[in-house]
Amino acid sequence: MADSVANSTGRSDDSRFVRIDRLSKHFDEVAAVDDVSLDIKKGEIFALLGSSGCGKSTLLRMLAGFELPTSGNIYLDGADIAKMPPYERPINMMFQSYALFPHLTVWENVAFGLKRDGMPKEQIAERVESMLGIVKLKPYAKRKPHQLSGGQQQRVALARCFAKSPKLLLLDEPLGALDRKLREQTQFELVNIIKKVGVTCVMVTHDQEEAMIMADRIAVMQEGRFLQVGHPREIYETPSCLFVAGFIGDVNLFKGTVEVDEPDHVVIGSPECRHYVSHGITGTREMQVSIALRPEKICLQKHEPTIEQRESPAEHGYNCVRGTIDGIAYFGQFTLFHVKLDSGTVIKASRENAARHEDTKLERGQQVYAWWDGSDVVVLLN
Amino acid sequence: MNIAKSIGKNGIVRFLKRDWGKRSVIGIPYFFLIMLFTVPFLVVLKLSVSETDGIHFEDLTSYADGIFNIKIKLSNYIFLGTDPLYVETYWSSIKFAAINTVICLIIGYPFAYFMARSPASMRPALLMLVSLPFWTSYLLRVYAWKGLLDDNGVFNNLLMWMHLIDQPIKMMYTGFSMTIGMVYTYVPFMILPLYSNLVKMDLRLLEAANDLGATPWKAFWLVTVPLSKNGIVAGAMLVFIPSVGEYVIPELLGGPSTLMIGRVLWDEFFSNNDWAMASSVAVTMVGLILIPLAIFNKYQADSGGVRGV
Amino acid sequence: MNSKLGKTWLFAGYVFLYLPIITLIVFSFNDSKMVTLWGGFTFKWYGVIAHDTEVVDGFILSMKIALMTATASVVLGMLAAFAMVRYKSFFGRTTFSAHINAPLVVPEVITGLSLLLFFVMCERLFGMPERGIFTIWAGHTSVGMAYAAVVIQSRLLEMDKSLEEAAMDLGCRPFQVFYLVTLPLIVQSIMAAWLLTFTISLDDVVSTAFLSGPGSTTLPIVILSRARLGLDPTVNAIATITVAVVAVGVLASSLWLSRQERRRVAEQSAAYREGMLVAIEA
Repeated sequence: MADSVANSTGRSDDSRFVRIDRLSKHFDEVAAVDDVSLDIKKGEIFALLGSSGCGKSTLLRMLAGFELPTSGNIYLDGADIAKMPPYERPINMMFQSYALFPHLTVWENVAFGLKRDGMPKEQIAERVESMLGIVKLKPYAKRKPHQLSGGQQQRVALARCFAKSPKLLLLDEPLGALDRKLREQTQFELVNIIKKVGVTCVMVTHDQEEAMIMADRIAVMQEGRFLQVGHPREIYETPSCLFVAGFIGDVNLFKGTVEVDEPDHVVIGSPECRHYVSHGITGTREMQVSIALRPEKICLQKHEPTIEQRESPAEHGYNCVRGTIDGIAYFGQFTLFHVKLDSGTVIKASRENAARHEDTKLERGQQVYAWWDGSDVVVLLN
Repeated sequence: MNIAKSIGKNGIVRFLKRDWGKRSVIGIPYFFLIMLFTVPFLVVLKLSVSETDGIHFEDLTSYADGIFNIKIKLSNYIFLGTDPLYVETYWSSIKFAAINTVICLIIGYPFAYFMARSPASMRPALLMLVSLPFWTSYLLRVYAWKGLLDDNGVFNNLLMWMHLIDQPIKMMYTGFSMTIGMVYTYVPFMILPLYSNLVKMDLRLLEAANDLGATPWKAFWLVTVPLSKNGIVAGAMLVFIPSVGEYVIPELLGGPSTLMIGRVLWDEFFSNNDWAMASSVAVTMVGLILIPLAIFNKYQADSGGVRGV
Repeated sequence: MNSKLGKTWLFAGYVFLYLPIITLIVFSFNDSKMVTLWGGFTFKWYGVIAHDTEVVDGFILSMKIALMTATASVVLGMLAAFAMVRYKSFFGRTTFSAHINAPLVVPEVITGLSLLLFFVMCERLFGMPERGIFTIWAGHTSVGMAYAAVVIQSRLLEMDKSLEEAAMDLGCRPFQVFYLVTLPLIVQSIMAAWLLTFTISLDDVVSTAFLSGPGSTTLPIVILSRARLGLDPTVNAIATITVAVVAVGVLASSLWLSRQERRRVAEQSAAYREGMLVAIEA
């Protein structure tokens, strides 16, 4: 990361619009953020995902300027901003509590940052009107924050952030304060507005659904470090470690030993069954590994899978377990089954309720076979 | 959450680049506090050990004939520590202050409790009615009790007019009259912090206690009282500490049998013009209240401040 | 609930609190030299105090000092409150904190005496200050500042910290943050602190007694000297006026505050309902 990336105009290239370079933040002995580096593309929505205490908020606050890094650098569009105070950075943040000024009207809240820049009055008025238009709050301009609902307050906060055309937008748990219905609606609206305005955005959340839906790329954080950075699909389908696999969505984990290690397939033996993985892994025989399998990849049926059902004949006899249905959770769009295996382990399998499944209707206590394709599993080191 | 940790090294602090912003915010009040409290107290300390003839003092140090003298006169303190009248006065002051605190607690706690449990619409009015006496000059309110308890006062006149007694009951200038005056003056200081504490209590805790089998009476002692501990400490300190050094109430309502150290200090200063003695009494008084003062300070630091004052 | 016991206790308590005040007022209209023996209704005592130069001058002086005290206390108290709340660690913070909390409880005889001796020493060394208005004001401010700090501190702690951060995020330098965002939000507590310290100064008697000089007799000192001698109807008259003014003040502010609060709550719930409807319809 040592090379300068400035081209002839002195600005960075867009793939490294925000550059975080070996950033650390220590509080006393504890490293809240531990030597992280990251490139964020221009116009990208990037999510920092993790549970409380993982360092994501500290990292966000360093980007905003409310924390001074202990070491490392931050570059925004080529400029080194790590030591800049927040009021000098071309960055705006939407706070979890929205932080709308209670003594000012909606209009004045949005105009606040513009007035600090010394913008002439007419220009301010124009800009505020345009911002309120984007968030569809024009009729509420004269109201005070406490006269608005939660969703409306959020939109004011957003408008206030956009008003100054920041190079980077920061969102701190943007949907945390909203109830479920409102959250679903807002998720898409928010992404639309941000993409329409075209601003680069970093958001912080502990809700993996939120991150998966809204972000172009996600960084999963734990104890101040990035565990995995990638597109939502990558993170979900190919988690890089046990923690990420378990953190995002539901997952079934099997522990086993590598028995056969070939370049194009691997066989792993575990107490529940023998696994056939249809890709090679970086590993050796006798290695202890975990197998991660998502619930929706599992097929449940009353009879044993035939060789014709399989992806390839080689998989016959593998990737299949027998058990009884221990619990059923009906979610409307899909159903989640808990299957208790002969070995005692409980696995989760889900299937969509697209068709009515009359012929394969499953009930509690029913004995079933659960099987899956070798290409659907991820092998993880312990 | 991480926010809690970042408060300590608050970003705002960092950006008072030229630290003068932070320095003046802290420095200006600090300067005044030192000038108005620490330095004067040091002066008192010095005076209490100085040789004096009332209001003229010798310096503690002197240099003559090549000898550097430091004279620290301890006779005042020795006297204060051994004279039976003074010793009795300390105990008496602490005793009356303690009685005052206990009675204020007994009267004030239920009062604050019932205020806090009354319907929310009534509470502002109730609070206002308690604050009103608090805002009225306490000197006048103490004086009012003179009018009530005097031999020719309201109570005696009333009782005699009702032919319940033929001689006025002597109530004034006794421990009784002084205690009434003290309680009357200080009970709002007990009620307000207690109310502030009780009104914030989560009532669902009581519901949980009931659900688990506690009677309302038991729930009160096992749940409400422990949770209001902070309010009790605040109120007790706000009452006890100033009571020890009270002057006006002992003066107007007390008598020869109610020895209070505040009055002693006043007399030493104004009547005897013995400033050194008065200083020694002041220092001793501080000694008496040092421990409660430390408790109060700790409580303030922990809770972030006394509410309801 | 314990409503019978509760109501009785509250009632008895209020009677206890107000009985003395009421007797003060009643007997200020008493046409009799014997203050507590009723001899007919009259306004004459009010006339007496209106012409009593000692009372009138004392009152004016008390007001002057109270005004100066309140203003100084609020300024210093505000700085102190900020120091305590916003700066979690600085050199000498525990001592600072002790200095801010102690005046709330330390007996006035101690503060009065020590300040006086300090001023006397200053007078000997520098020739000033003389005992009088300045010294009284200094004594009142030393206590007033602590009260103001407590009131303002309480409000500062409640305030959403992210508001100040948001202001900086939007381009405010630290001092702008203070007067554009923080100040408007704490203004009510500043006013409360001002009124509180004003009242405390107006009523103060013990430290005033130590710190006053010839020609600087405040009203409480006048009252004290009269009260020490015995019952005096002019004191009753003064008391009644005081109570009346305080009652009007407390009542007015109480009503205004609760009206504001009610309006705020109504607006909030209206907005919430509106928001819910929009979400459902959408």
